[in-house]
Formats: sequence, structure tokens, C-alpha cells
Amino acid sequence: MKLTTLLAGAAMALGLATSALADGHEKTKVGFVFVGPIGDGGWTYEHNKGRLMVEEQLGDAVETVFVENVAEGPDSERVMTQMALDGADLIFTTSFGYMDPTINIAKKFPDVKFEHATGYKRADNVSTYSARFYEGRAIQGHIAGKMTKSNIIGYIASYPIPEVIRGINAAYIHAAKVNPDVEFKIIWAYTWFDPAKEADAARALIEQGADVVLQHTDSTAPQAAAQEAGNVVTFGQASDMAQYGPFPRVSSIIDEWGPYYVARTKAVMDGTWESMDTWDGIGAGMVGIGEITDAVPADVKEEALAMKAAIADGSYHPFTGPIKKQDGSDWLAEGEVADDGTLAGMSFYVEGLTGEIPQ
Amino acid sequence: MDLGAINPILLIAALMSAATPILLAATGELVAERAGVLNLGVEGMMIVGAICGFAIAVETGSPLTGFVAAAAGGAVLSLLFALLTQVALANQVASGLALTLFGLGLSALLGQGYVGIKPPRMGDVSFGPLAEIPVLGPTLFSHDPIVYVGLLLVAGTWAVLRFTRAGLILRAVGENHDAAHALGYKVVRIRTLAIMFGGACAGLGGAYISLIRVPQWTEGMTAGVGWIALALVVFASWKPWRVLLGAYLFGGITQLQLNLQGAGVAIPVEYLAMSPYIITIVVLVILSADKSAAPASLGRTFHASN
Repeated sequence: MKLTTLLAGAAMALGLATSALADGHEKTKVGFVFVGPIGDGGWTYEHNKGRLMVEEQLGDAVETVFVENVAEGPDSERVMTQMALDGADLIFTTSFGYMDPTINIAKKFPDVKFEHATGYKRADNVSTYSARFYEGRAIQGHIAGKMTKSNIIGYIASYPIPEVIRGINAAYIHAAKVNPDVEFKIIWAYTWFDPAKEADAARALIEQGADVVLQHTDSTAPQAAAQEAGNVVTFGQASDMAQYGPFPRVSSIIDEWGPYYVARTKAVMDGTWESMDTWDGIGAGMVGIGEITDAVPADVKEEALAMKAAIADGSYHPFTGPIKKQDGSDWLAEGEVADDGTLAGMSFYVEGLTGEIPQ
Repeated sequence: MDLGAINPILLIAALMSAATPILLAATGELVAERAGVLNLGVEGMMIVGAICGFAIAVETGSPLTGFVAAAAGGAVLSLLFALLTQVALANQVASGLALTLFGLGLSALLGQGYVGIKPPRMGDVSFGPLAEIPVLGPTLFSHDPIVYVGLLLVAGTWAVLRFTRAGLILRAVGENHDAAHALGYKVVRIRTLAIMFGGACAGLGGAYISLIRVPQWTEGMTAGVGWIALALVVFASWKPWRVLLGAYLFGGITQLQLNLQGAGVAIPVEYLAMSPYIITIVVLVILSADKSAAPASLGRTFHASN
């Protein structure tokens, strides 16, 4: 499609949208772009729950639309363009790989508001939002370090982006703190969602001696693989995955997007929306910790809950010095706390992790 | 680096299991393409097979019944494709793509009540003393029945295409449907049967993922395996044994690269991640230097009046 026809179409759609607004029977239209299917049981499932909360709480005043299984990259621009042309007022793009497409499309539709999850590029009509998942990872790391008997913890990573690296570091720091012998084996799956590959990766880790498997991919397949193996601990990722409790899933990190989605949709409705960066954690309720099951010894559970409380009230930060980088150079001095800028762009392992981060 | 952490026996066992869904789907597609039908709906038929097999296995408690249902489900869905392309004479590429989209949607709908359920397990085939042989036992003789079904299917397809009259007719229809028609063969009927066979095999492959390899139901869980199977048929020059080689190579290197990553081998992960695709393509392209060509009528619409 030529740019001119695209722009003409956009202008027409905007014209239609404004005339609809003028009629006084407008509905705020909210679009969601999803990277996986809404039934993945993890990441996209939780974003869709947030969408449903918007519908439930704002009722007839809003209309939501969503497209699932949208590949990261250029194809997502097509989906966003279509949503904007169809009159969406606010579009949530819910995966890191939609970052540049979101910025590109936002330029073409200055009157549409965009919200990009887990990215760092903003514009006048593009906000970013993310959750401090690493706070949950710290708690996972603590439990994992205490639970492992083989001292090998497997980690299924997705893509080498700051978000994932942060999670690995947070988990490792807290596992190594309670168990200095612990070793992390990391497999990069290069996918957010591919159950067969995730299951294979989990099995490969288990075959190599891991008795705790952490995942940063979206499906429940690693849980099923661990259940089959019988003696392997897992944690729910993005969603509670409670159906695999009380064992192998002993706890989980839950993303709570609903309240944020409702607040931002309301802001568009009353015209108070402005571009901002939101990064909330356990304290603000954007990150939840799923029930720690009885498979975890009572004292470990107590420590984990204490850490959760300390993170929530701000008295403890998971990245508190002394922490060195993998190459041995100093990163954080004793008592120093990592700043958000460094965390947001984190591209290095902390000391003790082996292997290299793919570039 | 800790190469000792990789157990070659477990690796080979995992390879055979990982390759089976691709192998089943690709063999089915091979038969369809040898009959001159290009069905791009493999992914859709696989995912429908995955949910049909999963649902029936859960309801009846019998994984075997599940696999039968998966084959039936894939074949029924492929009938839709046959109707569009053989009766309504629609474009095969467009119909196949539509079939994939339709299958993905339909399976999501069918699967709504099956998320988070654990399917009944299929036991391994008992080979008695054979399974006790060191190395060979655990690698070759300790699998679920579907792994062997896949191998038998390849052997059977090869034998039928090469040695039987039915195979000859199928190939004739695929090479030149006008000539086959002039000889009195029912082109549409033969192609419909080939399409259904392809659908049944794809369905089995899908159910293998949902019942054995993962095992659970998740929307969109085939995640592109159908497309790999399609590509494999072309790179294997429409020859069954090369499909087997390609599927095992692809499955094997996928497993190997995951294991190498876990063992911390100092090869950049990007190269490891792309290695299954590259090595499979290179090997099969080298093999196809013998000028084997696609079936001449592949993808062409047939009508008796032409």
C-alpha cells in the first residue's frame, strides 16, 4: 500500500471517528495486540484477563477488540494499522517486539493513543508500561536455591532482551545467596510460545540434572514436562498455572494488568491521558506471587513471604549491592541499589553466571 | 563447558520422539503432493488432530482411541479442502491457507474445555528382551507405538509408491492428470483419497504433540510444525526415505542444540538456534542433486472437460 493511500485512509477513518464522537453516542474503542493465543495459560492469557476487566468495569462505555498470534515485527504494523483505521482510540501492544512497529504506527495516527508493554521507546501518543517481574524472580530464586538438591537450576529463556536478563540475574543472585553451590543452566528458546520446543528444552535441562526449572516462555508445557519427570520443581510464569500445583508448580509470578488497563482506558475517556512510563511491582499490585504450596518447607515459605513483604513496602530491593558483573568488575557497592535506568537496559550477567548472553 | 552432561542415549531417544510429528505430517503431505495436490493446510489439520485426539483420549481414557480420532479429525477437515479444490475447483494455495486459518480457529473453539487437563499416558511398546540390550535397547526399543507407526508409514509409503499398481496410478495422476484421465482413472477420486490420507497423517502428527510430546492442550500448540513438514517434503524431493532422513536430522539437531546450550558449549546461541534449519536444508539440497523434480501436475486444477 502506498503511503498516500494509507494516509488518506487514515484521515478518512479519523474523520469518521470524530464525527461519531460529535454525535454523542460514542464508545471508546480499545484494541489489544497479542503475541500468543489468549488460551496460552500464561502471558497472553493474563493480558486478555486485563482486557475482560476493562469490559466488565466500564461496561457499555467501551468496546474492546483484540488480535491474537500476531508475529513480532512488520506484520504487527499491519494489525495496528487496521485497528487504528477501524477507529480504535487506545491500542495496547503487549510484547517487547512490537516496540518499533508501535512507534512507527503511532507517528501515522497522532490522535490514537498507544501503550506498549515492556519497551522503552515513548512518544507523545505512546506510553510504556511494564511490571517489575524481577521482584517475583528474586523470590523464585530464593525458593529454588533452597529446594534444589542437585544444585542445578535450569532456566528456559526466551529472547536476550533486558527484561529476560534481569529475571535471570534476580533469580541467580537470590538462589546463590542461600545456596552458594548453585549452578544455572540456561537455554535460549528464541520463542515466546512454542509448547513442543518449551517441553523439549525443559526435558533437556532435566536430563542434564536440573531439578528446578524456571521459565520465561509463555506456555505451561515445561510444567507438564516437569510433572512427567516427577521430582522437578517449577514456577508458574505470567499466570498462576495453579493446575500444576501443588507439585511441580510450587509458586508463581502473576501479572495483574487489569487495574492498569482500566485506569488508562478511563484516562482516555476523560481526556486526561498523557504519555508516561509505568513500572510497577509487587507493592503496587502489578506483580502477584501465586500461592506457595506445601511442597515448600514451612521455613522457606516464611522467608519467601517475608521477602515479598519487604519488597512490597520498599525496604528491600532485589538488586542491592555488593554485586559484581560477570567479568568481575564492580557494579553495585555495599548497600547500593540499582537505578531504574540500568535495570531497564540490563545487558550483562552478574558474577557467578556462566555462558554468554547472545547478542 | 560440560559435554559429559549430555547423555547420547537419551539424546537419540529424544530425537526419535521430537521428529515423529514432522515425519507423520510430511509423509501424509508427500502422498498428497505425489498425487498432484498442494495442500498448504497441514498446520490446520495438525492442530485439529491435536485437539480431537486430546479430547477423545481424555473422554475415553484411551490414548489409542485418541489417535484414531485424531486421524479421523484430520481426514474430515481435509475433506473440506478436497471439496473446495477438487469439486469447486478453487485455487489450491488459497484453499490450503484458508484451511490452516480455519483449523487454528476451530481447534481453539473445540479446546476451550480442555486447558490444564492431563491426558492419559500411552505406554511404551514392550519388546521384551530386546529392550535390555545396552545402548540399542533404550534408543531403539523403548518408545511409544506412534514412533514405530511413523517408521512403518514411511516404509509403507515408499513400497506402495514404488512397487504397487496403486502407487503407479497415484503417481500418474500427479504427473499428468489429463493422461491419467484419458486412461480411465478417476482423477478426482484418487486425489480426494490422497488428500484424506494426508489429513489423517497430519492429524496423527498433531495428536502426537498434544498427547505425548508436551503432553497437554494449549491453543496454537503446533506452533509452525506443519510449515516445517511442508518445506521438508520439497527439500526431500518428494521421496519418503529422504523425508525420514530430513525429519530425524531436524529433530535430532533441535534436540542437540538445546542440550549443547544447557551444557554451556561456547558456540554462539544464534548459530545453534539456526543450525537445525540450515543443516537439514544443506543435506537435503545436496542429496537432491540427482535432478528429481516435482510432480508435473502439482498444484494444477483438474477438470474432465480440459
